Amino acid sequence: MALAVFVLVALIGYELARGSQPALHKFGWHFLFSSDWDPGSDNYGALPFIFGTLVSSLIALVIAVPISVATAVYLTELAPLWVRQPLIMFIELLAAIPSVILGFWGLFVMVPWLHDHLFPGLRSMLGFLPLFRGPDYGPCMLAAGIILAIMIVPIITSVSREILRSVPGLQREAAYALGATRWEVTRIAVLSYAKKGIFGAVILGLGRALGETMAVTMVIGNSPQFVASLFQPGSTLASWIANQFTEAIGDLFYSSLFELGLVLLGVTVLVNIFAQLLLKTFAGPSVKPQH
Amino acid sequence: MPETATSPLNVPPESKAPGAPALAVRNLSVFFGKNVAVKKVSLDIAARAVTAIIGPSGCGKSTFLRAINRMHELNPEARMEGEIKLFGDDIYSRNVEPVVVRRRVGMVFQKSNPFPTMSIVDNVTVGLRLNGVGNRKVLAERTEQSLRMAALWDEVKDRLHAPAISLSGGQQQRLCIARALAVEPEVLLMDEPASALDPLATSKIEDLIVHLKKEYTIVIVTHNMQQAARASDFTAFFYLGELVEYGPTTKIFTSPSQKRTEDYVTGRFG
Amino acid sequence: MTAPNHRWRQFKDLLMRVVTFACAILVVAPLILIFYHIVKQGFSSLNFAFFTQLPKPLGEKGGGMANAIVGTFVLLAEAAVVGVPVGVLGGVFLSEYGSSKLNWWVRFAADVLNGVPSITWGVVVYGLMVVPMHGASALAGGVVLGLMMIPLVMRTTEEVLQLVPGGYREAALALGIAKWKTIVQIVIRTALKGIVTGVLLALARVAGETAPLLFTTGNLGWAHKLTEPIAAIPLQIYVYAISPYDDWHRQAWAGAFILLLLVLAINVGVRFFTRDRFQSKT
Repeated sequence: MALAVFVLVALIGYELARGSQPALHKFGWHFLFSSDWDPGSDNYGALPFIFGTLVSSLIALVIAVPISVATAVYLTELAPLWVRQPLIMFIELLAAIPSVILGFWGLFVMVPWLHDHLFPGLRSMLGFLPLFRGPDYGPCMLAAGIILAIMIVPIITSVSREILRSVPGLQREAAYALGATRWEVTRIAVLSYAKKGIFGAVILGLGRALGETMAVTMVIGNSPQFVASLFQPGSTLASWIANQFTEAIGDLFYSSLFELGLVLLGVTVLVNIFAQLLLKTFAGPSVKPQH
Repeated sequence: MPETATSPLNVPPESKAPGAPALAVRNLSVFFGKNVAVKKVSLDIAARAVTAIIGPSGCGKSTFLRAINRMHELNPEARMEGEIKLFGDDIYSRNVEPVVVRRRVGMVFQKSNPFPTMSIVDNVTVGLRLNGVGNRKVLAERTEQSLRMAALWDEVKDRLHAPAISLSGGQQQRLCIARALAVEPEVLLMDEPASALDPLATSKIEDLIVHLKKEYTIVIVTHNMQQAARASDFTAFFYLGELVEYGPTTKIFTSPSQKRTEDYVTGRFG
Repeated sequence: MTAPNHRWRQFKDLLMRVVTFACAILVVAPLILIFYHIVKQGFSSLNFAFFTQLPKPLGEKGGGMANAIVGTFVLLAEAAVVGVPVGVLGGVFLSEYGSSKLNWWVRFAADVLNGVPSITWGVVVYGLMVVPMHGASALAGGVVLGLMMIPLVMRTTEEVLQLVPGGYREAALALGIAKWKTIVQIVIRTALKGIVTGVLLALARVAGETAPLLFTTGNLGWAHKLTEPIAAIPLQIYVYAISPYDDWHRQAWAGAFILLLLVLAINVGVRFFTRDRFQSKT
């Protein structure tokens, strides 16, 4: 039964590759570098979606990484004991919220708020950057990045927390005995020791962000374009598949969507493998918390 | 409860070694939750001498040691009563931070614990850098001085920037001693510093301890009777959290006044 | 007695505590906000009809999500049938049998599978079942959720089995009890609570999945057979949310409320149920 996982891996790869055959034949490598998505002329390319996937995930990481790592540090090193357990539970619950609910909340609560409050502020403060220029109509790349950040924060936080907890107590004691303050202990004995593992946690979060579908689809605006400004609507590989699949007409259209799926699978699997390797080499066979 | 430093019953006059005591412990009790780890211990620890704390495991000797630089406070359940004065300063006084106490009272642990991500030299200087010493010349001087005192200089002087974990177990422990010495503490606490080392490395550490007492006050916890006999000037025997007997090492090992001490040092229990 | 930079160090220590605490608050804030809005809007949109009636055609007021509520439970049952046996047995294999090298690869593959985007699963099962069966069906929806459960259940099962002290196994084997009997009667029985917990959490996780259902279940009235299309709450929320009609939005809020309740109830319940396991020494 355990071998089922290999069957599943093979099945996913095979099925996507099979579905992509017509598009693979027609476009070849060109598919990856073409920015056309034109059902009229039956010409398809993945570039805008690869771009959108990378940009939205990057925004998510920029927001989520410092917050998550700081929270993990707070939870394992600095917080009073009675705060820890409830806070951990809150974070686990946040991770449990279905993506569609986050997207729904994002669309009806967060996006209007961003439009009314955050974006005008960003525009006036950072408007000298092209990234924060131009009109916004609500759903956009930045909104997608923010919702993704909310979604990956619990993962990065809890994996980082496990990593930090696996730092030997002796390391901390060594620093305390030198007369270090709590923060200094964290910095010299804990964080430097856990660097690699935390990096693994971040990459794991990245893998999740790259493939996230529903929440992104609902707030990104679903437009097959390269965004110059983060206020513009865009698309990711996952959101474009979700958005177009039911409307697809013609074999090549379908096949191209399969190929987007294949690209997405390739990217996320590579990223996940990288993350798993980092985490597994960090603390022996497993970084599960010691109950 | 300010108590005069005149000797309570269990502090023999012999322990009032040359000059004022480095540490004056009065009625020290340490609790973990409801358990008492150290019960009403009073003793003076002589400056520039080696004091060994011996006793069977679980007798409170490590807890006693950790109370001297307030390391026991890392356990949130821990609580203490009594008083410890370090060269006259009450280290548990309200306005004294544990951080300051630990800078004045260094510690070496049972298992060597160099910072694995740092080089040898960074391990030695980390305490100084925390304390705001940035002058490269001072740092370099102090590095050499500390490593020499820890009898490690000749072995590592050509590879100061190698990772600390590239050293052997015994070298790592001496590096930890050098790290503790670099901030020039007034007292050095050692918690079974050689218990994880082979005999050769152990004898190096013992030689080092004898050598270091010229400048430092050393308190060492050990369960190795020979080690206490060889390396220390004074010995305190703890049993079940209480101080049973305290005096010059020769006396404790040759003519102890308590039956329990005699049984322990002669290996009849423990 | 103090070093010259002592106050600065104390200040930095305090500053970092405040900063990291602020980050922790920032992490929890979305949870509180989402909860607040969903409960507020969702509760006021709920009524009896929501649970008993079918969706009304566009333009008509009222209607409910009875079909989607039932649909979600049907899908979960199917998913359990597909995912639990394979997942649990796989976990048992990982923990009790197999060579360490093979198991390393199995674990690795399971962890990678856990990272496969849910939309990808949807596309795969579309190609695998929907196309050959000429249409979306409850069956395809259940299968896709079940497949997603396999790696989740496998890993949690393995984890809880590992927590069973080795002495139990040795004691049973020393009595001359066969290995498989030892595993079934001693190891699995000891870890049963944990395995059930893992299964429930996996169900809670797939209960909210939407992306894999987009192309596999269809989204229509009542399904009378598993080969017919079926509705599900998360899918219904999505369809209603992106529609332009206020009345549908209200339905979506109510659906989100119910779904959130379901998912969080399982999560909180499970944590309460197995409190001792989660109370770790921090």
